[in-house]
Amino acid sequence: MRFGIIVFPGSNCELDCRWVLENVLGQQAELVWHKETALGDYDCLILPGGFAHGDYLRTGAIARFSPVMAAVERHARRGGLVLGICNGFQVLCEAGLLPGALLRNTTMHFLCRQVHIRVETAATPFTNACTRGQVLRIPINHNEGRYYADEATIARLTANDQVVFRYVTAGGEPTEAANPNGSLQNIAGICNEGRNVLGLMPHPERAAEALLGSADGRLLFASVLRSARTASATPR
Amino acid sequence: MVEPAVTDALIAAHSLTREEYDRVVAILGRAPTYTELGIFSVMWSEHCSYKSSKVHLQTFPTSGPRILQGPGENAGVVDLGDGLAAVFKVESHNHPSYIEPYQGAATGVGGIIRDIFTMGARPIALLDSLRFGPLHEARNRYLMGGVVGGISGYGNAVGVPTVGGEVLFADCYSHNPLVNVLCLGMAQADKLFFGRAGGIGNPVFYVGAKTGRDGIHGATMASETFDEKSEERRPTVQVGDPFREKLLIEACLELMRTDALVGIQDMGAAGLTCSSCEMASRGGTGVEVDVRLVPRREEGMTPYEVMLSESQERMLLVARRGTEEVVRGIFARYDLDAVVVGRVTGDGLMRVRDGSRIVAEIPVKGLVAEAPVYRRPTVRPAWQDEVQRLDLDAIPLPRDYGAALCRLLASPSIACKATVWEQYDHMLFVNTVVGPGADAVVLRLKGAEGGIALAMDGNGRYTFLDPFIGGVIAVAEAARNVVVSGAEPVAVTNCLNFGDPTRPEIMWQFTEAVRGMAAACQALQTPVTGGNVSFYNETTGKAIFPTPIVGMLGVLGHISHATTPAWKAAEDLVVLLGESREDLGGSEYLQVCHGMIQGRPPTVDLETERRIQRCCLEAIRAGVVRSAHDCSEGGLAVALAEGCITDPDRPIGVEVSVPGMLRPDALLFGETQSRIVVSLREADLGRLQAIADRHGVPVTALGRTGGSRFVCRGRTYHIDLSLAVLDQAWRGSLSAFFRHR
Repeated sequence: MRFGIIVFPGSNCELDCRWVLENVLGQQAELVWHKETALGDYDCLILPGGFAHGDYLRTGAIARFSPVMAAVERHARRGGLVLGICNGFQVLCEAGLLPGALLRNTTMHFLCRQVHIRVETAATPFTNACTRGQVLRIPINHNEGRYYADEATIARLTANDQVVFRYVTAGGEPTEAANPNGSLQNIAGICNEGRNVLGLMPHPERAAEALLGSADGRLLFASVLRSARTASATPR
Repeated sequence: MVEPAVTDALIAAHSLTREEYDRVVAILGRAPTYTELGIFSVMWSEHCSYKSSKVHLQTFPTSGPRILQGPGENAGVVDLGDGLAAVFKVESHNHPSYIEPYQGAATGVGGIIRDIFTMGARPIALLDSLRFGPLHEARNRYLMGGVVGGISGYGNAVGVPTVGGEVLFADCYSHNPLVNVLCLGMAQADKLFFGRAGGIGNPVFYVGAKTGRDGIHGATMASETFDEKSEERRPTVQVGDPFREKLLIEACLELMRTDALVGIQDMGAAGLTCSSCEMASRGGTGVEVDVRLVPRREEGMTPYEVMLSESQERMLLVARRGTEEVVRGIFARYDLDAVVVGRVTGDGLMRVRDGSRIVAEIPVKGLVAEAPVYRRPTVRPAWQDEVQRLDLDAIPLPRDYGAALCRLLASPSIACKATVWEQYDHMLFVNTVVGPGADAVVLRLKGAEGGIALAMDGNGRYTFLDPFIGGVIAVAEAARNVVVSGAEPVAVTNCLNFGDPTRPEIMWQFTEAVRGMAAACQALQTPVTGGNVSFYNETTGKAIFPTPIVGMLGVLGHISHATTPAWKAAEDLVVLLGESREDLGGSEYLQVCHGMIQGRPPTVDLETERRIQRCCLEAIRAGVVRSAHDCSEGGLAVALAEGCITDPDRPIGVEVSVPGMLRPDALLFGETQSRIVVSLREADLGRLQAIADRHGVPVTALGRTGGSRFVCRGRTYHIDLSLAVLDQAWRGSLSAFFRHR
């Protein structure tokens, strides 16, 4: 599979994503500079973590105007896979490819730690290798990770099975104590209605090797590979 | 604009002595211009010239088979094999952090990162050693919150993970916190770059952010003591822009992959002045710059201001003639300025032009090689004997040893620092195998079998009570921290934080501490590759504890050797390597439980230290031990408790009895050096004994892991506490001071 990793000035997780895709999963991954206006033939685009354009003004607010974003949007509208991790999630929300916004953590400071998230739906190209209710151990790393949307949006997300991950205890309970940043309804990740665009605050690429404490994050990438196999097996 | 006349008052305002001024006149053969006076003032400041420390720093061992670059460049370089090199250095940002903690710490991070990538290395890790006053004072919480926020805000956004470090507390740091930042980078050993201006006629490029008036005379500020009015100096603290620095890192590393670059140096302390004349000095050349060409973000700046500005995120580089477009093209991609501001000359002069007007013309040799060097007078303080006196008979034994242990675990210097390091991205680059909170951090090396370990250490209380021993222990303990993590210690960087060097008592502390560090570095075969001296850490005449901080780099032959302090399973044996003595002098226990900073710190026999380190490392490499932890502040009891609770996902109890005829508080809380607590499968005890015998290291079986209680018995004491109680004391202490929700 060919992955394209979008690099904004200030992105910093692009090399980690490439490392995991190439060295752990044996896939092709290329870095795409934000000034590009046409994209190559990628099966999946990743918007990595970091501080795009310094996250000045508001996280993701400037990045949505980067030249590459028009092509990312075209890719998404065509049904191509887009995975936004952390800052990438924030950019996707600002760009309108995902609903809602990421506000400052209620702790009022940056948080880098392992958390547990529960897979709320396996019916996405990013979670089809998981089972519903499965608890994953994946680290977060953000200052603005508090998911917020108005009531109608939250209701729509819930009704359409678009809430993909929630923060939970190790035992799988979505308690207040398990919510690191004050996200509404412990939401850690959502997908769009077409289910081909996923945004999540935790960093699956940081949990792809047991040596680093957890390999649970690999399941997301494995899901993408599985959905590509299924897609290529199905006549178009 | 008419430049001010150089008067006695102006000379004094530039912190130059009469003798130093006379030396300036002798070097120039005339009176200096205003701009020249400014240039001499910063270059000859303590911060840039090391004039009081140089003769002493020369006593450090600086070479060894792994050392590719010792002191004198922007950072030290260590050969890791497989064509890889580790580039590392520590630097202080104490003074600015007291005046403006967020920006002071942030720009400290930015500065040391530039020192690393300027060598051709990608910065991959930061560690900080921090010292604050007690947290029950609101101002200290403000300072700590600001410093931690600055490290977090800058380090996270610039994209270099802060993987570890240490935070300690004492009264003396209330008016003078310490912020020492270490950066590590990885380079190819045959692709290193140096701060040298070579090739006469080559263009000198200014790249990065624009120049403003911020930080003028920052280096001079860092070379003076503080008083009540120090906060008025806030304008001398620079403001950092981590986004700009991130772009600068990527652009410089990209340029280094071409063949355009001849030499490069960051504009840190003393900005354009220091970078240009140091590059010319190392290159044996001269350099000419025109301040008119320097990109600016303020109007009406004088040549003096442009030359002395310490605006952040700027670099000076020399490119091969004819490659100008390559340089411009790369920086344009990152929307950064890259402007030719001068050229390399062959006349050995630093010439500064303002258009057609020459505003400074100084022999480079005069600024750098002929800078003043002082062997300042030293005297052992009259109070030294008094603070070393300790009558143990006058110290009552604790009524409740369990309560004493909990007080120690809750002491902010010992307590869990998760509330601090959770604010740092410590996982970026997916190398962090052992993160913050252990004795040392362990990073894997991608594409190689091995890894590296890094620890920072320095006990100001020990150094205050006996500077020589404090110096020895700073090195020995940092090395031990690296060893218990599974690595062989190979090289040192250090940051020496002391008071006013013109006071003979301070200078005595300095020379003694350096003597101790040099002896330990020699014995443990860990050469010094560079570092930083921070003098004048005083406010209104009161100096901090003399605080040498050691950054120790270790190498793991295989990443599977990475070892942590926490027990790994129930029913393992717990064993002490080394011997306990009656070492209560200078201990955390005396301070926390008896309010005393008193006595002689524990002595270190360096041969014993070497043997125990080799023994432990061999046991780890042989797969004999499953956990290893250095006994340090709080002694054996704290080390054992930390074995139980440092892994939050898997607390495991312990039941031990500590044999020995010492006072029970010394046995439990004494800080005898050269001791390591390990745990292992019972079946492996014979193998451990054999290794220990070969190294002549005493082995004492203390007990067994398991259960959910901490049980420790002796002849006259008995501790039996649930792990929940220990955990609450240790993990809950610091976060209680910084609760936001």
